Amino acid sequence: MKYYDKLIFELSKEGRKGYTLPENRMKEYALSALSEGLKRTNEPELPEVSEFDVVRHYTNISNKNFGVDTGFYPLGSCTMKYNPKINEEISSLPAFACLHPLQPASTVQGALEVYYNLSHALAEIAGLEEFTLNPFAGAHGELTGLMVMRQYHMKRGDLKRTKVIVPDSAHGTNPASAAVCGLQVVEVKSKPDGRIDVEDLKPLLDDTIAGIMMTNPNTLGLFESEVLEIAKLVHACGGLLYYDGANLNPLLGKCRPGDMGFDIMHINLHKTFSTPHGGGGPGSGPVGVTKALVDYLPNPQVRKAADGTFYLHHSEDSLGRVSGFVGNFAVMMRAYTYILSLGKEYIKYVGPLATLNANYIKESLKDAYYLPIEGICKHEFVFDGLADKSTGVTTLDVAKRLLDYGYHAPTIYFPLLFHQSIMIEPTETESLETLDEFIDVMHRVAKEAIECPDDVKTAPHHTPVRRLDETTAAKHPILNYRDLMAL
Amino acid sequence: MNYKYFPHTEADIRHMLERIGVNSLDDLYADVPESIILKKDYDLPSSMSETEVRDFFRKLGDKNQSLTIFAGGGAYDHYAPSVIPQLISRSEFLTAYTPYQPEISQGTLQYIFEFQSMISELTGLACTNASMYDGTTAAAEAMLMAVAAGKKKNRVLISETVQPNTLEVVRTYAKFHGVQLDVIPAQDGVTDKAAMEQKLEAGDVAGVIVCSPNKYGIIEDFTGFADAIHAKKGLFIIQADPSALAVLKSPAEWGADIACGDGQTLGMPLNYGGPYVGYLSCTKDLVRKLPGRIVGATKDVDGKRAFVLTLQAREQHIRREKANSNICSNQSLMALYVTIYMALMGKQGLREVNELSYSGAHYLHDGLIATGKFEELYDRPFLKEFTLRSLLPTEAVQQKLLDNGIFGGIEVEEGCLSFCVTEKRTKEEIDQLIAIIKEM
Repeated sequence: MKYYDKLIFELSKEGRKGYTLPENRMKEYALSALSEGLKRTNEPELPEVSEFDVVRHYTNISNKNFGVDTGFYPLGSCTMKYNPKINEEISSLPAFACLHPLQPASTVQGALEVYYNLSHALAEIAGLEEFTLNPFAGAHGELTGLMVMRQYHMKRGDLKRTKVIVPDSAHGTNPASAAVCGLQVVEVKSKPDGRIDVEDLKPLLDDTIAGIMMTNPNTLGLFESEVLEIAKLVHACGGLLYYDGANLNPLLGKCRPGDMGFDIMHINLHKTFSTPHGGGGPGSGPVGVTKALVDYLPNPQVRKAADGTFYLHHSEDSLGRVSGFVGNFAVMMRAYTYILSLGKEYIKYVGPLATLNANYIKESLKDAYYLPIEGICKHEFVFDGLADKSTGVTTLDVAKRLLDYGYHAPTIYFPLLFHQSIMIEPTETESLETLDEFIDVMHRVAKEAIECPDDVKTAPHHTPVRRLDETTAAKHPILNYRDLMAL
Repeated sequence: MNYKYFPHTEADIRHMLERIGVNSLDDLYADVPESIILKKDYDLPSSMSETEVRDFFRKLGDKNQSLTIFAGGGAYDHYAPSVIPQLISRSEFLTAYTPYQPEISQGTLQYIFEFQSMISELTGLACTNASMYDGTTAAAEAMLMAVAAGKKKNRVLISETVQPNTLEVVRTYAKFHGVQLDVIPAQDGVTDKAAMEQKLEAGDVAGVIVCSPNKYGIIEDFTGFADAIHAKKGLFIIQADPSALAVLKSPAEWGADIACGDGQTLGMPLNYGGPYVGYLSCTKDLVRKLPGRIVGATKDVDGKRAFVLTLQAREQHIRREKANSNICSNQSLMALYVTIYMALMGKQGLREVNELSYSGAHYLHDGLIATGKFEELYDRPFLKEFTLRSLLPTEAVQQKLLDNGIFGGIEVEEGCLSFCVTEKRTKEEIDQLIAIIKEM
């Protein structure tokens, strides 16, 4: 059903229904009694379809999607690893799924124990003191982490620290989070080897600096070897170090952000800890801090009493609340399942195997793609387009051609340090055979770029739809079915 | 190293190391300062087999108490059709990335377009984004939108009658973003319109946030609000329960510019607070200030109808520090959840859900008053949630209910308890609750 292209509204027929509800046995209290002025006058045009219509429709549109279970995602900075099935089973256990978030602590001890134990497992892995699991996503964790940073300075009465240093290679979210948090962004440059230029950093450090945001390994997949020196400098000027956990995966088993001198970090459970991306969410963005910052974490905080029971704590010094309740609990269930399944015996191989896979692809493809920075990478690396620049085939074309061969595209045109960035991250869950097949296809595309460039420039050819008119979509936005029908 | 999630054999590893030109996995970390290399295992539990994992969580689950829910407070125990979990666990949806490659993501893009369309039907506002984290952060983002649209205006009013967790989240975002947040007091359980008008006088208000049904469960009457706010060039923001919007006056009908709220009421499991799904809708004039992902309809090179992420020039990965929001995801799978829910229920089913909830809630309300243990707090219209003054000590009521396996009676303010009835509660369960109170 590759060509199925109906919208659910187009299946609608007046009088059809897809639900059953119990009979109303308290009819004497009728909604019709509500004052007319409070009721809507126009009915919402929701579809009228049968249950089977719904099942077939969503099954058919799912077939137009690509997921980790479908094929390989060499998607840099996204850590698209296998999402274990047991995680799904555990996360939907009724004994947890039916809990109301305002139930008294005595009735949700199991849930609070999951929260508490997961937060402490993350603290151990991060080398930090305490984690909040309340933030809903990586960007939300980042914002929360920066709020911790500001709260720390504000509580000390140090009000002039309103600037945060962000490397030019940073994820776009870093400066955006800083701005939402009311911080001014100061950019620090990278050296030709892709790492932060410590000499460029030094003059930026003064008493207006709240801290620095770093990704390590950075977005080029390179370990910031001078991180200890950077930590010393930033701390000496009174600032804090924030660790963007997007690239934590290669460090599992090898080293910990806390030991590098970081004070605050977020983790993406949907990257490093195997919870599914769900087509863009729900994720989870736990934030960890050093001992000195624990009280600033958002409320509510899950604590353990002397008698071993768990309770929700509201800290006076907290930055405030960032979520309706305690975050994406069902996502935490998955991550905790993952950690318990691997245990201390196996979790330590995640980083080395992810790093092995990335370096293997890099070394196997650098003949056909331009590798701007040589050397060992961590979980990912960046090519600056094809090695042969004469073909006119762009990074976008290569990415689109990969779709024809049954792969997701790599991350492209990021980081911004290069014009034709192709960022590849294989993760540890891909086999040598999968990597070899991908390497073959990448070589084939490079060859096509020379021999039949038009096939590549007009790709994809075999996907459910082909290249889209994105310009018109943005110029004349059609964002709902009503407007689509009015065309 | 031999574990079910790692496909590497010893021979594979040797072959790969050779290609890379190093001798061991440790050599891949030669650029990491020796002083920070971990020398021991993490202090974590040992690896568990699948059977052990199941046992472990079964035992933990036994420490939770599953209760009959007569409480709301921002999370509601509605009926969840069996079809939905089955469909959303299809791996093509579950394990997909953000639909940045539209050619192989039409499934995700299409359901987001359907989600946007359905939420726009409920709110009456033409532009809805691909979803937000939850209802509280959606309100905070609505505030940021108002401030961004208000150019130099930096003051936002929020009604005291919003749910307390929404107020706290909005307050947190305001504090750090430098927005001056000013609370409009409540009068008889609803937003004090006169107080709002007074606060609007100075002409420096970028937006006003109100909520209906509010924290007491009261359906607020916003007659005249839009005119008062628009006269002072502010934006009118309504936080609303989308399920209730099937029957209640829509934000657009009240003259709102922005609507936000939590889609949890659309049949989503309680899940101890998440994941839920926030929504954010606005008028066409404001679409370029709308944060987050937005899906639009377009055509491919062959003229085939297709969907794509659009208006990306607003977003953080393009605008970086100039972006109005840092959000770079949505609760996509949860948006799919509520889209399937709305498709199954349709306008008739959603109306029936509200009728059943209304009947049950009013039956309970009158039953509790009749026990003589509760009295009316504010005599105002409500849908499925209401608040009464308790003549008994509130803790005693809560505990008595708990002892009987019931969670109900959230203390909204001192001495006052709120109850909620959805279509899932039977007449027998309601009668039991009333009988328990009567006995006290």
